[in-house]
Order: sequence, then C-alpha cells, then structure tokens
Amino acid sequence: MNEFSLVLLAASVVATAAPILLASLGETLTERAGLINLSLDGTILLAAMAAFAVAHDTGSVGLGFAAAAAVGGAVAALVGFAGVILGVSQVAVGFVLTLMCRDLAYFLGNPYSRIQGPQVPPLPVPGLAELPVLGPLLFRHNAVVYLSLLLVPALWWVLYRTKWGLEVRAVGEHPEAAYARGIAPRQVQMVCAVVGGALVGLAGAAYSLALKPGWGRPQGAEGIGWIALALVIFGGWHPVKVALGAVLFALLQVAGIPLQEAFPSVPAQVFQVAPFPLMIFTLLFMGLSQRESVERWAEGRPWAKRLVGAFRGAAPRALGRPMKGG
Amino acid sequence: MRSRSFETLVAAGLVLIFTTAVLLLTGAPPLEAFSLLVRGSFGSVSKLARVLTVWVPLTLCACGLIYTFRIGLWNIGVEGQVILGAVGTTWALRAGAGHLPPGVLLALAMATGVLLGAGWSLAAGVLRTRGGVNEIFAGLGLNFVAQGVVLWLIFGPWKRPGVASMSGTVPFPPELWLPNFSWGRLSPVALGCAVGALVLTAWLLGRTRVGLFLRAVGGNPRAAHLLGLPPERYLLLAMVMAGGMAGLAGGIQVTAVYHRLIPAISSNYGYLALLVTMLAGFRLGPVAPIALFFAGLNVGSVQLPMALQLDSSLSGVIQGASVLAVLLAHGWGVHRARRQA
Repeated sequence: MNEFSLVLLAASVVATAAPILLASLGETLTERAGLINLSLDGTILLAAMAAFAVAHDTGSVGLGFAAAAAVGGAVAALVGFAGVILGVSQVAVGFVLTLMCRDLAYFLGNPYSRIQGPQVPPLPVPGLAELPVLGPLLFRHNAVVYLSLLLVPALWWVLYRTKWGLEVRAVGEHPEAAYARGIAPRQVQMVCAVVGGALVGLAGAAYSLALKPGWGRPQGAEGIGWIALALVIFGGWHPVKVALGAVLFALLQVAGIPLQEAFPSVPAQVFQVAPFPLMIFTLLFMGLSQRESVERWAEGRPWAKRLVGAFRGAAPRALGRPMKGG
Repeated sequence: MRSRSFETLVAAGLVLIFTTAVLLLTGAPPLEAFSLLVRGSFGSVSKLARVLTVWVPLTLCACGLIYTFRIGLWNIGVEGQVILGAVGTTWALRAGAGHLPPGVLLALAMATGVLLGAGWSLAAGVLRTRGGVNEIFAGLGLNFVAQGVVLWLIFGPWKRPGVASMSGTVPFPPELWLPNFSWGRLSPVALGCAVGALVLTAWLLGRTRVGLFLRAVGGNPRAAHLLGLPPERYLLLAMVMAGGMAGLAGGIQVTAVYHRLIPAISSNYGYLALLVTMLAGFRLGPVAPIALFFAGLNVGSVQLPMALQLDSSLSGVIQGASVLAVLLAHGWGVHRARRQA
C-alpha cells in the first residue's frame, strides 16, 4: 500500500469516527453529571430519520441538523425529566425509549425509504486543505467532521477548565454535597442531558446526511448507540480517552471493509457484529484491572502498572442515582 | 388517595393520544388503523391461534426475566438466549435425525435448547460476577454475537444444498414438528410449556424460599452474605433460570413455528419480553395478560403495510409508549405523594 492510499484510509477513519465521537462525547457530558441516557441507539435512528425527512422536504441540510439536535435533546429531556425530577429508574426509561424511538423512526420514516435526498457538501478549509498529508487527512472533510474533532478539546476544556464543568463533575459525584454548596443539581443534570442528547441527535444526522446518506429499514446506524455507550465506559468518562476509543473503533470499522472483500462468502452481517465481542473483552479487561489482586501483581511491573493505570477510570459516583431531598 | 388503577387510566389515555398523533402525522386514518389492529389479532379463531403462538415465547421469556429482575439484574441478553436456544435445538435435531425416534429426539432437542440458552445466560452472569462487566453490556454484546453465530451457521456449515439464503436452513421433516391443534396453527406442547413456566415461577417465587432469597440478595448483597446466602450463586441461579426459559422459547420457535433455523429466529421477542415485564411492574401476576396484549399488537400490525401502506413497527411504538406512559404516570404519582408528605 503506498503512502497516498494510506492517507486516504486514515482520512476515512476520521470521517467514520465523526458520528461516534458526537454520540459518545455527548453521553460523556450527560454521564459526568450523574445521569445515564441509555436511549442512544434509538435516539440516533430517530434523529437520523428526522434529519433526512426535514432536509428532504425543505432542501436545507442545516435545518435537517437542527431537527436532529432537537429530537436528540427532546428524548434526553424526557429521560432527564423521568430520572432526575420524577426519580424513575433511568435504565428503565432509557431502555424503553431506545426501542420505541427505533420503531417510531421506522414507522414515521416509511415514506422516506430509499429515496434521494440532500447531503452535506464537502468543505475544504482554505489553505490548510493543500497541506501535504495533513490536508487530505484533516482538512478536506465536511462541517460535521470538523465539529466532531473540535468537540474533543472543547468538552475537555469545559469539564476541566471552567467553573460550570467543575459544578457538573461535583453533581455527578455527590449531588447532595453540590446542593449544599449552592449548586442546583437537578438543573445542571437537565442541561447536561439536553446538550448531550442534542449531540447524540447530531450523530444521527451525521449518518443520514453524510456518512450513510438516506433513510431505510435498516438505516445502517443500528447498534452504534450501544457502542457509544460502551465507549464512555472504555474511556473512563474522560473526553480525550473516550475520543481515542471512538477513533479506534472507527479504524476497526474501516479495516473491516477490505477484510469483507477478502472473504466474500461470509455474509456482511457477520463482520458487523465483530466489534461487539471486542467490546466485551475491553470491558472485561477494564473490570479485571480494577481488582486488587491485579493491582498487586502489576505493582512490581512498570509496564503492567502503566497499562492498568491507562485503563483506570472510575464512574461518577452518583451515576444513575437521583438526588435525595432538596 | 391516588391509586394504581388511576395511574393506569392516565397512562392508557396518554398512549391513545400519542398513538393517534403519530398516525395523524403520517396522514393515516387512526380509527381504521386501530380497528385493523383489533380485527387482525382477535378477529377469528385462526388469528387467535397466531396471537397465542406469539404469546408463548413472550410469556416464557418474561417469566425468566422475573427471576433476574427480582435479584436486580438487567438481563438484556435474553434476546441472545432465545437465539442460542434455537441454535441448540436445531443442532440436536440435525445430529439426531434418523438415529432416534422422533418423540425422543424432539424432547432431547428442546432440552439442548434450554441448556444452550442457560449457558449463554451464565456467560453474561459470570462476566458480571467474576469479570466486573455490567450485565447490560455483556448481555447486549452477546446478543449481537448470537446473531452473528446464526448468520454464520445459515450461510456456512448449515446452508441449504446449492444456495445459502436468508430463508434459513432446510426445513425439518414433518415428523420432527411439534403437532398443532386441529383448529389452528398452534402447538399444545408450546402452550403447555408457557403455562408450565408460569406455574413453576409462581410456585418457586411464592411458595419456596427462593423468591425471598433472590429479593434479599438483590436488595442488599452484603447483608445477604452475612446471613449465609452466597450472592454470586443466587445471581447465577437467576441468570440460568432466565436463560433456560428463553432457550426453551427459542427451541419452540424452531420446532413449532418455523420448522427450521432462520436469521430472525428470535423475532425481537426477548427485548419485547423485557417491556412486558416492565409493564407488569416486575411482578408475575400481570405477565400473562400483558403478553397477550403485546402478542395481539404484533399479529394485528402484520397487515398494516398491505391495507394502509403503514410500517408494521406501529406495534412497537404502541408497546413502547405503553411502558413509558406507565413509568411516567407511576413516577408522577410517587413524586406528588412525596411532595405532599
């Protein structure tokens, strides 16, 4: 493989990673505030459908993205309202919504199945796009890809360098203590739910208007929401590590295409499930690395200690638990 | 005093309004669609037989989920456990065909399905107890793996002579089918299995100490451990019960419904059973009627595409909206009671 095609391959990894980045970083923000939004898989599909339908009917890709963000934010607001305000099990509400949003997307999207529609135009960055290697790798994509890449440092900065980010993390660790310090935990959680959900919605639009243009049953984005949820755990709830996981996963997806061509007799669906055993193994590795026995074993081995350390990431302590009283 | 029945009434109203709005949004006539759902499911004896055919796997899976929910586990892997049950039964039928009398082989094949379903569930359980992997992600990952296994089998080792296709493996000879009633395409054996699971679960959880222990371990593992109840063992027991019942449902799909292995053998019944159990408030009592309601929606929606050019996923929208509405109405009731207190 020559250098040129390698760059193209890497560029397609960046493009493939865009919706996964948007969804997993959105969920990272939500979970840092202590709220689990389990509805990602269905939300992405419903938002993808809404984005395509709106963009098709109005002819405006921008309105499509706005609709997707609105759908994602609305579903997340429902999870937030039920979980944070009413105190209903967040897992229960999220799981129901993931199934219902998927069916709703198929039902409402039926008239838009397999028809031509608008797509996000490529937007090369003037000047930077002409750079060797870096140009095709990073600066000849569309606006969604740039947004997903900028989101990584932006979320890191918000969470770790602003007062509001500190409040978000405080609420996620101990909402009652945050309340005592004058923070309104429920308000913070609702905002994080809606903003995070809007990002998840944009991930849906990134599929139906860019990466896998069009709508159908199946759309092709099925299962991505669950991957994004697992990536948040994989990244230890840290935006940069989550983003790394998302890019790694995109790399696997892109690498799967030539593999599929090498084994034409194996149905495509078999390759589509390949990430999931990998997801189990990484979660298993992370689970085991938390054990005391493993920590003791790694104590005398610097490389093992660094590896275990890299995988360490504790969940926000109040994750999934609504605030008491207040 | 706000009662549970008032909440149910509010929830039903919400579902009706929401579904009507969704139908109007697509420009479909709501009354026509609702009447089609009812006529298509309970309109004739043969349709009722089809509803009960769906009711059987739903009830089996929901019964199993009662055990896992009681101990506080989210057994989302139930879908894959149905699939593995179907794979196990198909494997046994293929291996034993021609060597054993059909009746014996059918019984052995169903037992193999139960074992494989339980084993697949045990895998998720051990990942949780020994590996520290959340059962939601372990189960979900295993669901996708199970789907991959079925596709690989159908297109690989078990493919039809000549061409492999999405229509599944070669159908079994009729002597390896579970017999049907004379009045409809419904197997009395399958119906018996579902009723048996209901009775067994009611007895185990209501009349023996198993139900109490499961609840104790789920509520406070540490306290249960101090009382001499090993939490890990009860956790795995609940997973095995759920997986076994789901595996039986998969075996029934093979021997009584499709008479072969198809890619969509589990038909989403595992996920749907999770909704049934949630709507039942995680109690066994309402499982049977709610499963019947859900099965009716599934069968009734089959003709929506032909009659009204609507997607059949309307049933899923109504099922999901029902659970959501009940969760919200109940949550609202608790919320108000808390604020007044």
